[in-house]
Amino acid sequence: MTELELPPIDYAAIAPILIMLGAAVVGVLIEAFVPRRLRHPVQLPLAVLAVLAALTMVVVNADKRVITIGVIAVDGPTLFLQGAILALSAVALLLLGERAVERGGAFVAQAAVTADSPEDRQQAEKAGGAGEVYPLTTFAIAGMLIFVSANDLLTMFIALEVFSLPLYLLCALARRRRLLSQEAAMKYFLLGAYASAFFLFGLALIYGFTAGLGDRAAGVDFATVNAAVANSTASPVLLFAGMALVAIGLLFKAAAAPFHVWTPDVYQGAPTPLTGFMAACTKVAAFGALLRVFHVAFEGARWDFTPVLGAVAVLTMLVGALFAVTQTDIKRLLAYSSIANAGYLLVGVLAPGSGGLSGTMFYLVAYGFTVLAAIAVVTLVRDADGEATHLSRWAGLGKRSPVYAAVFTFVLLAFAGIPMTSGFTSKFAVFGPALDGGQVWLVIAGVLTSMVLAFPYLRVVVLMWLSEPGDATPTVAVPGALTSAALVIGVLATLVLGVAPAPLLDLASSAADFVR
Amino acid sequence: MSDFPFLSVLTVAPLVGAVVVALLPRSRPTLAKQVAFGWSLLVLALSVVMWVTFQVGGDRFQFRESYPWIPNWGVNFTFAADGIALVMLMLIAVLVPLVILASWHDAESSKRSIPVYFALLLVLECTMIGVFAAADVFLFYVFFEVMLVPMYFLIGSYGGHQRQYAAVKFFLYSLVGGLFMLAAVIGLWVVGGKTFDWVALSQVDISTGAERWLFLGFFVAFAIKAPFFPFHTWLPDAGGAAPAGAAALLVGVLDKVGTFGILRYCLPLFPDAAQWFAPWALALAVIGIIYAALLAVGQNDLKRLVSYTSIAHFGFIGVGIFAFTTQAGTGAVLYMVNHGLATGLLFLVVGMLIARRGSALVSDFGGAGKLVPVLAGVLFFAGLASLALPGTAPFVSEFLVLIGTFTVNKPVAVIATLGIILAAAYVLWMVQRTTQGTLNPALTEIDGMKRDLNLREKVVVAPLIALILVLGFYPKPVTDVINPAIQATMQDVGRTDPAPSVDTVQEASR
Repeated sequence: MTELELPPIDYAAIAPILIMLGAAVVGVLIEAFVPRRLRHPVQLPLAVLAVLAALTMVVVNADKRVITIGVIAVDGPTLFLQGAILALSAVALLLLGERAVERGGAFVAQAAVTADSPEDRQQAEKAGGAGEVYPLTTFAIAGMLIFVSANDLLTMFIALEVFSLPLYLLCALARRRRLLSQEAAMKYFLLGAYASAFFLFGLALIYGFTAGLGDRAAGVDFATVNAAVANSTASPVLLFAGMALVAIGLLFKAAAAPFHVWTPDVYQGAPTPLTGFMAACTKVAAFGALLRVFHVAFEGARWDFTPVLGAVAVLTMLVGALFAVTQTDIKRLLAYSSIANAGYLLVGVLAPGSGGLSGTMFYLVAYGFTVLAAIAVVTLVRDADGEATHLSRWAGLGKRSPVYAAVFTFVLLAFAGIPMTSGFTSKFAVFGPALDGGQVWLVIAGVLTSMVLAFPYLRVVVLMWLSEPGDATPTVAVPGALTSAALVIGVLATLVLGVAPAPLLDLASSAADFVR
Repeated sequence: MSDFPFLSVLTVAPLVGAVVVALLPRSRPTLAKQVAFGWSLLVLALSVVMWVTFQVGGDRFQFRESYPWIPNWGVNFTFAADGIALVMLMLIAVLVPLVILASWHDAESSKRSIPVYFALLLVLECTMIGVFAAADVFLFYVFFEVMLVPMYFLIGSYGGHQRQYAAVKFFLYSLVGGLFMLAAVIGLWVVGGKTFDWVALSQVDISTGAERWLFLGFFVAFAIKAPFFPFHTWLPDAGGAAPAGAAALLVGVLDKVGTFGILRYCLPLFPDAAQWFAPWALALAVIGIIYAALLAVGQNDLKRLVSYTSIAHFGFIGVGIFAFTTQAGTGAVLYMVNHGLATGLLFLVVGMLIARRGSALVSDFGGAGKLVPVLAGVLFFAGLASLALPGTAPFVSEFLVLIGTFTVNKPVAVIATLGIILAAAYVLWMVQRTTQGTLNPALTEIDGMKRDLNLREKVVVAPLIALILVLGFYPKPVTDVINPAIQATMQDVGRTDPAPSVDTVQEASR
């Protein structure tokens, strides 16, 4: 009888993941044993500290290039993206934990109470927010960290579930507009479940395809898939079908058209700080996985997937830009803008070589900080009924509160890609390598849709500055320390990455090499 | 002194001034105005020193400075000025203090922060200087786009009737052009071997197809900016809605970025494509001259009228550039300067007239000369300069453009000459209907119309009138600076002037 041998584990390499999972478990225990009124003051620092500790471990690991336990690849892109997720999460946690702007925070205590019932109204008015928000968020962050480092489709699938399930729950917890929030959670959950099923089915087909390798066992780790794409004797139909289904699962999370339909509803219905977390961190995770799957596993089939993914990219840009024009709600506008940005990111994913890889990674960080700054402002523009997200309500905001209107204008100019903001440098970072790789049509589509997209952004600027304030113009709440910090970090990052992007670009290009 | 980093200091100085002015309390508007005016005079002084330091007949590009910015993409803060850029920088430095002085009371009617208005003017000066001083294509693009933001707020926040519409139209038109240019900039970077340095890029050989597409990307952006027919429709709206001072800068300087860009980027970087597209560009320019002049004749709004005259003038500049002769090219650049002076003056004077009457419509005036004789006289002079009367500076440039074009392309020169007649029509008719003839009784009711030019306004118009006259009789100091730069540009394109002894008919019929 052979002795069962444990694979060697590089604990340092997976320390960020372990820290986040550990913090999540502790968070659950706190919910069980700590008195209610102490939970929030304990949970928030714990979550933030855990994120910072994990970030420190990522920095310590900076030079690691290993595949540990056979399924977790810790290499340049992993570390860069994990760092990005953690840094953006830290900022998002500040927004999630804000309780000064609205009594009890943006979350409700019990999601299961029937919407609009007297109990529900009572808890919306009085009760503090659920403490579970923090362990759920920490679990989601841990899942994202695994997602971008997974070196095997099965691990990737588990990570996908680990970070998706908490997000579905969190979506349902908005303090105001409860029905909308529950609808968003339901929609997100159902469509997310379909996407997961597609991913799993694709995984099975890929497994079948790798069975065609004569000299090595079938498997879904990326090295085996890569070898199979080059040498397998099995029918390529399995490969193409599997690749398409896996891509659908990932593109769903990335909010690419035609798998984007959930995005506006979920972004609108979810508690606003969570919208920021999803727009920033989920995007990093989804594109991190897309990069690894298509640059490592399916590298050999580049000629086959580029036209299809290219068409998806163009469609995504078009859908995002065109529908953004017609939006009347700021959160839905941000949702369509996020869809369009997914299109630009796909251009970066399709750009061959390390230039596209580093450009995409740079874009993810830049976009994440900008969108968090935008969301921070959205949480502040409110009236007695909560956030005033309808665009007509933003008219004349520039006169009521010039500082926040100026900040939001800056953020919108960044979204529109005006130079001296990170929006411009990041567009250059993906379009440059794409054009270098000969994908002229993708760049042209990107430029044309940018023109269309400038219009809705500009419309908001016009509303804020050039319209007269009416009776309905809401006041801007005085932000608590946490929101102020998040806002300052987001705006500074947008400015610095626009004016002096060289350090982060250096970091991205030195990190742009996968271990295989 | 020649080692002094003139260009970067000139670019940064107005920005520092803008920050200072913006931080001044809202309650002390006069202090903000004084600081802004003083600051712009400092910039002017520095520019004069730079002008004196510039070595005529020296290197094509002088005052070169370069600092690394984004090494990963080969982007540098590279500044350098040739003769063309130098005269434009000088024009900016002269116009901005006058515009600030002329706008002394402009922002007061808008209920918005007065310090911010003057801060925006200084930010605009910073971006305008940057765009002419940049010798790195990326840096140029950055200034080209950022320039929109202060202008957008100047029009949108402080403008007149329909300002929102005009501001958005201005921004979107320019942004669309800018994004076409962005695609071309990235394309140029890829074919040029990952550098943005102008000198390096001008040495690169580009395949014919790529060169034409890249040329088009740049040209569309510049044609919208200039603007050439048929991309011109934003200018009358923007010029009509902008406060007079901002409009003077918009038409006097900002639009020159388009023609400057064609001379600096389209011709030297894509010489073959420039020659291939030249007939089309000439056609657009000629249509612009005639079409815009006809529309100008029919305008009833003074600021829109001046905007249309500018479009016609940009047609002349376009003809001068695409004729590819040294004379026409020098004339075009000189035209850019003179047009900035003459139209700047015209806009400012018209602004003074409108501020007094409270209306921009020609039909609301009539016989105003009887009430404000000096102002009417200045308007008449500005109009004459604008129609290029001999003795005023624009005559020299228009004449140079026409004879430079005539040697190589007679039909274009002849049609363009018709524009002069139309110019006389729109200027004289406008002057007649506003300041001459019987006095409109409504004017005597208005207190403003009883005040002629005050000292501040006289200080604004006097330097411009003096410059227009001096350059009308003695343009040599400016042409000497422009000429070598134009010769170098024409060499880049590979065109030499037809020698006078050669039969030029053959050349012209090509």
